[in-house]
Amino acid sequence: MFRPMSDAKSAATLSFSFDGRPLIGRDGDTVAASLLANGVDVCRETPVSGAPRAPYCLMGVCFECLVVIDGVGNRQGCMVPLRDGMTIETQHGRRQPEEMQG
Amino acid sequence: MKPLTEIGQLAEHYDLAVVGAGPAGLSAAARASELGLAVLLVDENPEPGGQIYRSITTTPVTDRAVLGVDYWRGADLVARLKRSAAAYAARCTVWSIAPDVESDGASFEIGLSLDGRARLITAGQVILATGAQERPFPIPGWTLPGVMTAGAAQIALKSSAIVPKGRTVIAGCGPLLYLLAGQLAAAGAEIVAVLDTTPRRNWPAALGALPDFLRSPYLAKGLKLMAKARRSLRFLGGVTSLAVEGSGRLSTIRFERGGASESIACDTLLLHQGVIPSVNLSNAAGCAHEFDTVQHCWVPQLDDWFASSVPGIAIAGDGAGIGGAESAALRGEIAALDSARRLGRITIAERDNHAAPIRTALGRTLRGRRFLDLLYKPATQFLAPIVDDTIICRCEEVTAGQVRDAAKRLGVTGPNQMKAFLRCGMGPCQGRLCGPTVVELIAETRGTTPAEVGYYRLRPPVKPVTLAELASLPQSEAAVKAVVR
Repeated sequence: MFRPMSDAKSAATLSFSFDGRPLIGRDGDTVAASLLANGVDVCRETPVSGAPRAPYCLMGVCFECLVVIDGVGNRQGCMVPLRDGMTIETQHGRRQPEEMQG
Repeated sequence: MKPLTEIGQLAEHYDLAVVGAGPAGLSAAARASELGLAVLLVDENPEPGGQIYRSITTTPVTDRAVLGVDYWRGADLVARLKRSAAAYAARCTVWSIAPDVESDGASFEIGLSLDGRARLITAGQVILATGAQERPFPIPGWTLPGVMTAGAAQIALKSSAIVPKGRTVIAGCGPLLYLLAGQLAAAGAEIVAVLDTTPRRNWPAALGALPDFLRSPYLAKGLKLMAKARRSLRFLGGVTSLAVEGSGRLSTIRFERGGASESIACDTLLLHQGVIPSVNLSNAAGCAHEFDTVQHCWVPQLDDWFASSVPGIAIAGDGAGIGGAESAALRGEIAALDSARRLGRITIAERDNHAAPIRTALGRTLRGRRFLDLLYKPATQFLAPIVDDTIICRCEEVTAGQVRDAAKRLGVTGPNQMKAFLRCGMGPCQGRLCGPTVVELIAETRGTTPAEVGYYRLRPPVKPVTLAELASLPQSEAAVKAVVR
């Protein structure tokens, strides 16, 4: 969905995963920006209809970029800095307590 | 500046807490600190600058021409904060502001979270500099991936030096539209069209305010931006309707102009319909708000010193009404001067003396604003979407038709009652993206005005906090008594 500008300042690369896929990000990016730069189209499915959603405002207002980060759901991807080794997953519908997930 | 990276590093009490490190918050914190106040500046972003000067100290964009000379001015504000003694907590979210029961309301209790840990501190005075957000612009299909706000693309550019890939369309109206289009084009985005929804019938009203605009220091700058964007990009004016099409993802933007329907295939659609003050925190803190009919949005009721209806809480920057970055910085200084006066650190005469030249500058930056507000007032069909299936509450997937139906058939009179019927405004964004539209739809259906309809009553926590964080907070005797039967 997004691509780097040709003359951007270089930064350290970080390894992370999205739904089990290994990806590479830039140090200094937020989780949401890094997902966009990696071509991730959808980061969550809504609790009401299951519709796909992706980051919309990137400034903490819309809550469309909610993802599961290192097992914790409902994290705002646009507000969380990407860290090396992060495990990021699509947020499917409502966050369920672990015992209810089966 | 004293950077605070862990919540435990915050002091128990500050003279002044400033919320938001955009131009208003940066200058308020710096000025108050220069006057000798113990200041805490909190901001939920990783770096200072707000959205306008987003990532000013860390941006990976190297070509300074891409973001323009105005952007780089933000560095001076951050440098001034750094020279000051203010404490600055980044990535720190304020989720509650309330009178401190223990001090008999002489100070405020502020709920904060940083890195998954919550904390309550107190402050004698508060300045909210929470700025603005893009005005909601609900059109059919706007929830599809591939559709974003124009501001989102600008944030991605400033903070990560990334641009939309493939065919990009920008749609909407407002002075920022030209700036955003120009910046993205300069950064290498493939902008295939700019769909301008500025209603032509706005011109007669706006012309009355033209003389002031002609004396505005921004006229030349604005015209230059506009001319450059129009020369290099494909501008299509007079757009009266927009609808996003695509299966699971945006593929086409369909629009009408001059009564004819057209469509453009695209990969990214960026929506922009001007900006409005972010009112969630000020509303939840109990500050009275009113509907500004010129800017067509809710604004807090403020006096000449940006003091709200709650004594001790001031609101500076675009959160006080849209005025732009330069006026935001000046408003921050004025609010800081009055905070120092309220705390007894300076006299009324000293405050007034310090403020006089700032007020002159503020008047200059705001000159011409009325013209822009009137010219770029969004068309009614974008404020209250006509197509019933259009989702207006993105969190709870409530449609325009459902709100109209509840207002008409069930007689729902206001947005708070609408929550009970439809859950609009009850999702994680807490009404930030549907509030103005719900109000508009109720007003339209009931034949009244947004001012009469009122706005959502918002409550803390203003940003989601985990139960674990809340449970770990030390509870006062009064708080325990409030919930124990």
